Amino acid sequence: MYSPAIIAEAVVNGLMTGAVYALIALGLTLVYGVLHIINFAHGALLTAAMFAVWIVYEAFGLDPYLALLPLTPLFFGLGYAVQRLVIGPASHGNDSNILLVTLGLSIAVENALLAGFRSDTRTLNTDYGFQVVEFGPLLLSKPRLIGFGAAILVTVLLWLLLSRTDTGKAIRAVAKEKFGASLVGIDVAHVYAVTFGLGCACLAVAACLLMPTFYVNPRIGQAFVLVAFTIVVLGGMGSIPGALLGGLFIGVVESLCGLFLGDSLGQIGIFLIFILVLLVRPTGMFGAKA
Amino acid sequence: MTFRDIVPTVVLIALLAFVPAFITANTVLNFLVFTLIISLAAQGWNILGGFGGQFSFGHAAFFGTGAYAAALLQARLGINPWIAFAIGTVAGAAVGWVIGYLSFRSGLRGSYFALVTLAFAEVLRILANAATFTGGAAGVLIKLDVRPSNFQFESRSAFFWIALALVGAVLVLTRWIECSRFGAQLVAVRENEAAAKALGVDTLRVKLGAITVSGAVTAAAGGLYAQYFLYVDANIAYGTWISVEAILAPIVGGLGTVFGPLVGAVALHGLGEITKLAAGSVPGIDLMVFGGLLVAAVAFAPEGIIGLLRRSARSKGTARHA
Repeated sequence: MYSPAIIAEAVVNGLMTGAVYALIALGLTLVYGVLHIINFAHGALLTAAMFAVWIVYEAFGLDPYLALLPLTPLFFGLGYAVQRLVIGPASHGNDSNILLVTLGLSIAVENALLAGFRSDTRTLNTDYGFQVVEFGPLLLSKPRLIGFGAAILVTVLLWLLLSRTDTGKAIRAVAKEKFGASLVGIDVAHVYAVTFGLGCACLAVAACLLMPTFYVNPRIGQAFVLVAFTIVVLGGMGSIPGALLGGLFIGVVESLCGLFLGDSLGQIGIFLIFILVLLVRPTGMFGAKA
Repeated sequence: MTFRDIVPTVVLIALLAFVPAFITANTVLNFLVFTLIISLAAQGWNILGGFGGQFSFGHAAFFGTGAYAAALLQARLGINPWIAFAIGTVAGAAVGWVIGYLSFRSGLRGSYFALVTLAFAEVLRILANAATFTGGAAGVLIKLDVRPSNFQFESRSAFFWIALALVGAVLVLTRWIECSRFGAQLVAVRENEAAAKALGVDTLRVKLGAITVSGAVTAAAGGLYAQYFLYVDANIAYGTWISVEAILAPIVGGLGTVFGPLVGAVALHGLGEITKLAAGSVPGIDLMVFGGLLVAAVAFAPEGIIGLLRRSARSKGTARHA
């Protein structure tokens, strides 16, 4: 059967993938916690970020880890603009409209990428893509280990931003009570846009961490975003520790299901958890009352 | 509902029935049949989403069930395709009831309902893609055997008429729902579920009724698809593309209106063809336009094309009075 070493390796690999999943889910949960909407464009924006990493690598030879520096602020700005100029005005403040606007955005972005880059799958050929680190009996992929560390670091930074800074305080105030926040002089539309920008910045970071070991094609975001939805629902909509723990957990579940059930059925474990959590406890592990 | 209520539908369908008399080009008929199939799937979505306000993002679950049932029952078990088609429609209703029972009983609504329907469709897609009974990733091929008793026809016009008849039947059904007590309760749930409940509407039963009918209609579209193209695989039947199509058409055409899905499907796919002609065969270009159109429709025409037409008719009317 399966030796303990293989299972241990699957668990560790799952944790490493899970950390990046958590980062993607973090953007989603942040936007949900503040704007109370599910951003269906999250996956398409992730695809866009991954293509951005690929473009700067191919065009300027910029290392994906260095690409973090220009792409994170760029995607923050992009997210800010999208919320301020498209989602906000188009949805007239109605929740189900926001759902549809983000769906429309995701279709438009995804297919614009398809039209621009065709459905070819692209990878980066970095010289460290296949390097491994020996860790006791386990051989771990070096770029994925870096991704794990960086994803945890970004989660902590984001948590500090929300809990320690004035911007974070304003975001939390709007999340709790937007009318009250606007009464004490907080610009709610600005906070919404900042939050959406932060969500997109998380995606840029995730894309930079993923690209050394992963590939990109115009449909890739869909696969990630369904996993991210699961994590967000599991961890509790709007909860940052929930996103981190949920991400790690789902990463391990996916890795083990892949090991036991094979690749084609591997993802089914995730969706069954998703449906089960939605039906039994839609507020998740750490979520406040819906 | 009186006969007067369905006069516009009958007239429209009767007029459309003459289309194959003027158009014989196969590519155009292909386009029309495909558009009618999309319209049918969207009409199913509209009953639940438009009238009931429950936005499903996973109508592929029903479309795929109808398609797979039609294909598998005849390819594996040798059941007559017409009967397979009917069973597929009923299976779609059953899947609708089960998904509805599970999610509505747990009180899921809004974004949560959208997510859970999406997840159900994905689970079905993964299962269909992996199981051997469904042919796995290779899909199911329906054997070519052109006989009317076999639901296969020499000319594409026959398929056009069948699709048109189904679209017409669902138009009448939708109109009946709109006029009925059930429809009024459904709209009450959409507008304010708590208030509807307080007034004694059994909201769970009403929503369950809507998702069951909705599932049956969309499954019929799936069955028709399988029968027309004689091939089904998991990414066609349970793919997100059809969930998206089913949402887009009613919203662009007119959410919660009888003709909205049909108008929307024709407008979208007409525009899609024009875009393809203009931009060449760039993949995804038509869907890119659809996505933009969805955002624009929500922003500027929340009542869709039907709403715009009504508004312009009304403003003309008042101009005449003044």
